[in-house]
Amino acid sequence: MLRFLLLFSRQGKLRLQKWFTPVTEREKKKVIREMTLMVLARPPCSCNFLHWRDLKIVYKRYASLYFCCGLEDQDNELLTLEVLHRYVELLDKYFGNVCELDIIFNFEKAYFILDEFLMGGEILETSKTAVGIAMEEAETLQETMEEYMSKPTY
Amino acid sequence: MSPSVRLQEMIRVIRGARTQGEERGVIQRECAAIRAQFRQADNGTRSHNLAKLLYVHMLGYPAHFGQMECVRLIASPRYNEKRVGYLGAMMLLDEKQDASLLITNSIKNDLSHSSQYVQSLALCTLACMGSAEMCRDLAPEIDRLLRASNSYIKKKAALCAVHMVRKVPELGELFTPAARSLLSEKNHGVLHGAVVLITELCERNPDTLEQFRKAVPELVLMMKGLVMSGYSPEHNVAGISDPFLQVRILRLLRILGRNNDTASDAMNDLLAQVATNTDSSKTAGSAVLYETVLTVMDIKSESGLRVLAVNILGRFLLNNDRNIRYISMTSLQKIVQTDHNAVQRHRGTIVDCLKDQDASVKRRALELSLALVSAVNIRSLMKELLLFLSSCPPELRAHTTSGIFNAAERYAPSQRWHIDTILHVLTTAGGDVRDETVPNLIQLITTATELHCYTVHKLYRALITDISVQSLVQVACWCIGEYGDLLLRGECEETEPVQVTEDDVLDALETVLQSHMSSPATRGFALTATMKLSTRITHNVDRIRSIVSIYGSCIDVELQQRAVEYNALFKKYDHMRAAVLERMPVIDKSSPGHTNGESAGGTIKELEPTKLTQEIVFPQEPSNQVCDLLDLLGGSGEPFQPSPSLSSTAPGPASSTAGGDLLDLLGGLDVTPAPPSVTVYEKNGVTLKLQTDTQTDTGMTVTLTATNSTDGDITGLTLQAAVPKSVQLQMKAPSGDVIPAHGLGQVTQTVLLNNPNKVSLKIRVRVCYTSQSSVCQDTVQIDSFPSTAW
Repeated sequence: MLRFLLLFSRQGKLRLQKWFTPVTEREKKKVIREMTLMVLARPPCSCNFLHWRDLKIVYKRYASLYFCCGLEDQDNELLTLEVLHRYVELLDKYFGNVCELDIIFNFEKAYFILDEFLMGGEILETSKTAVGIAMEEAETLQETMEEYMSKPTY
Repeated sequence: MSPSVRLQEMIRVIRGARTQGEERGVIQRECAAIRAQFRQADNGTRSHNLAKLLYVHMLGYPAHFGQMECVRLIASPRYNEKRVGYLGAMMLLDEKQDASLLITNSIKNDLSHSSQYVQSLALCTLACMGSAEMCRDLAPEIDRLLRASNSYIKKKAALCAVHMVRKVPELGELFTPAARSLLSEKNHGVLHGAVVLITELCERNPDTLEQFRKAVPELVLMMKGLVMSGYSPEHNVAGISDPFLQVRILRLLRILGRNNDTASDAMNDLLAQVATNTDSSKTAGSAVLYETVLTVMDIKSESGLRVLAVNILGRFLLNNDRNIRYISMTSLQKIVQTDHNAVQRHRGTIVDCLKDQDASVKRRALELSLALVSAVNIRSLMKELLLFLSSCPPELRAHTTSGIFNAAERYAPSQRWHIDTILHVLTTAGGDVRDETVPNLIQLITTATELHCYTVHKLYRALITDISVQSLVQVACWCIGEYGDLLLRGECEETEPVQVTEDDVLDALETVLQSHMSSPATRGFALTATMKLSTRITHNVDRIRSIVSIYGSCIDVELQQRAVEYNALFKKYDHMRAAVLERMPVIDKSSPGHTNGESAGGTIKELEPTKLTQEIVFPQEPSNQVCDLLDLLGGSGEPFQPSPSLSSTAPGPASSTAGGDLLDLLGGLDVTPAPPSVTVYEKNGVTLKLQTDTQTDTGMTVTLTATNSTDGDITGLTLQAAVPKSVQLQMKAPSGDVIPAHGLGQVTQTVLLNNPNKVSLKIRVRVCYTSQSSVCQDTVQIDSFPSTAW
């Protein structure tokens, strides 16, 4: 299973964090700091796999964002690269040509999409279209509520 | 979608802050406003306030005051508020917080909500941060959802069940039937969740594993369907149909086929098919192939399939993509023990990967190269490794040096080569070697008697070039001290001799002594070497005398002590000087863990502290450093006469001393060659017999049998054993710890003994039991076994 998924910028600013095991706040900060240091120090054309403590770390850079996740021993690293790629595709489909700003200003949507794709550290849905459909329907449900309340959501 | 104006406005303001201080100010103001809003009654803005708080939390600021608000929002009937509330719960709460208990009820209600999106929120949160109690509480709900709901909920319930099984393994039994039935679903999401759930159940429970082996044909069919299916736009990734599901099925098949021939046979064809048909030009295909290779190597596959798998890994090694090379080396590492020859074929490529730019690839290549070293390829491989050492990244140096030393020790084709290799490593990376290198090298040099001349010449040359590498300098000093006469003789067969005078040599040693680069230990070496030379040179003894007396007032206490003692050697004990400083005898190679070698002189041996309570070494000499796990010797008093050779017959019954529990009840136990079992202990109606089951050249298996002739049961029976130092002991689990009364039953325990050095075998057994509510504890010594002696 995945232990965590982090998104951070080239300057080391965190854009999204998802933890799939219970971790204390202090430990979270420590992990984030170490991941950021380790991944940002890697030269451009290097291998996407690292070893850290007892976990395998897989990271991929998309434009200005680094997607980094920690895997357990049994997990398939190459498949995890595909998982990261699929998540980016889902974000792209939802936001239309996604960029870092979209994820900054709509972070809660990024989380909702992630929650439709991964759960408990495992892949929830393998179909490309199903996640998008679920998001749309949830939005509809939400808008119905908004119209009813005639107030913006946030 | 309506834009989230107020949240986005806040984000814009925060990002506009030019300094850290400004940002902190903005955030403090916002947090204060949020806190005030939280305290107010419901005014329809709660969800947006929480969202703002979550953003602030992500920047790293404290947000714990939002926890209760999450709880309130989750309980709200409005979907948008629930959504943010659950998100907040997943970000701010975890099972350690008290507030998480409060949402259990909300989750329970939401699991039966009419809207599937509310249900899915609850499931998601439960799978993210559900504690063990919450899981136990809600497991029946999840089971219900697994069986009767639409596929959207089923797939989420499946992964929620996975989380529950991880938290509370006993719940596995609850989910097994539902998991089985999920395999017949069509929806890929549900199938994937089912496979993950089954994998989890099988990994934790061997009975469940047995059960699910029957599902292997079904899984094989499912996989075949995926591999052979045509293009499906929904699931296609670079030409592979749903690689995520394929990989998970392969992983499950791996677990089911492990150690089981029938299951492995059933999947042989499938694996061959996948291995040959999968297109590996893109990552998705490589991922599936990789998982296939792992599965093939782990189950009981036929040899043709294994060869195919190793060839795939070989192909991966030549791939341009670094990731794939890395992966293939990781897999080769796993199989290098079992399929050594197959991996050897790729040695050339692996060694080339040592020169790769990437640090991860280098590391993998190093591990694999070290694993591939053998007597045949040691010379060529060592050349490559030494080349690697000169350019390797600093974090790998220590590992490389220790790997090289291990390999050299195991497979050195000649002593000269061995010494050369170690010297090369010391000159290249002397700062990163282990501490034991210096004594090990010295020991090696002393054993290579024909090479003393060669070695001292080489070391002298290295010393005059560079004295910064401490380990090298220490060895060099030691050698020059020992074999300085060979150096001065000016002739050497193996290498070009140096023409040095005594002054040159003493100059070199003095440079080391005075240099600020030398560590205290190194200076100690240099001083001792200088002293030793006093018996090996003829002209400059006075110079040595003066050096030694100067250091008699050195600030370093160790050096001072040495100098003073050597001074005394010059002054008062000059007649002994030659004898004291003569050539050292060949040092025996001491095995790791012993601080003193096994010399014939009966030196005191120190005990290794052991972690197993059932395996203790007892000293052959009186020693107060008894490892206290069993306290066999009671702290003082040693029943044995100090005698290094244990082949003598056992001394008479020992007198027990203060605190000694030594009740030697053997009295009169002589070696009787024939009888299969012998009574070793008889007291309070408890009888302990020892029987030799099997015996080989270096080991034996004995069985201890305990019977009870009293009127009451003996309970809490434990047996512990200790053996001489070089013998290895393994006690199997006893058959029980209660001996029924009146001899109606018995307890047996098997003990495996391994005696590679063929020392005289003795075993000391301590018996503890409770008889008629009183605890008894006795120790017996067994010196001879009921079989032919070694």
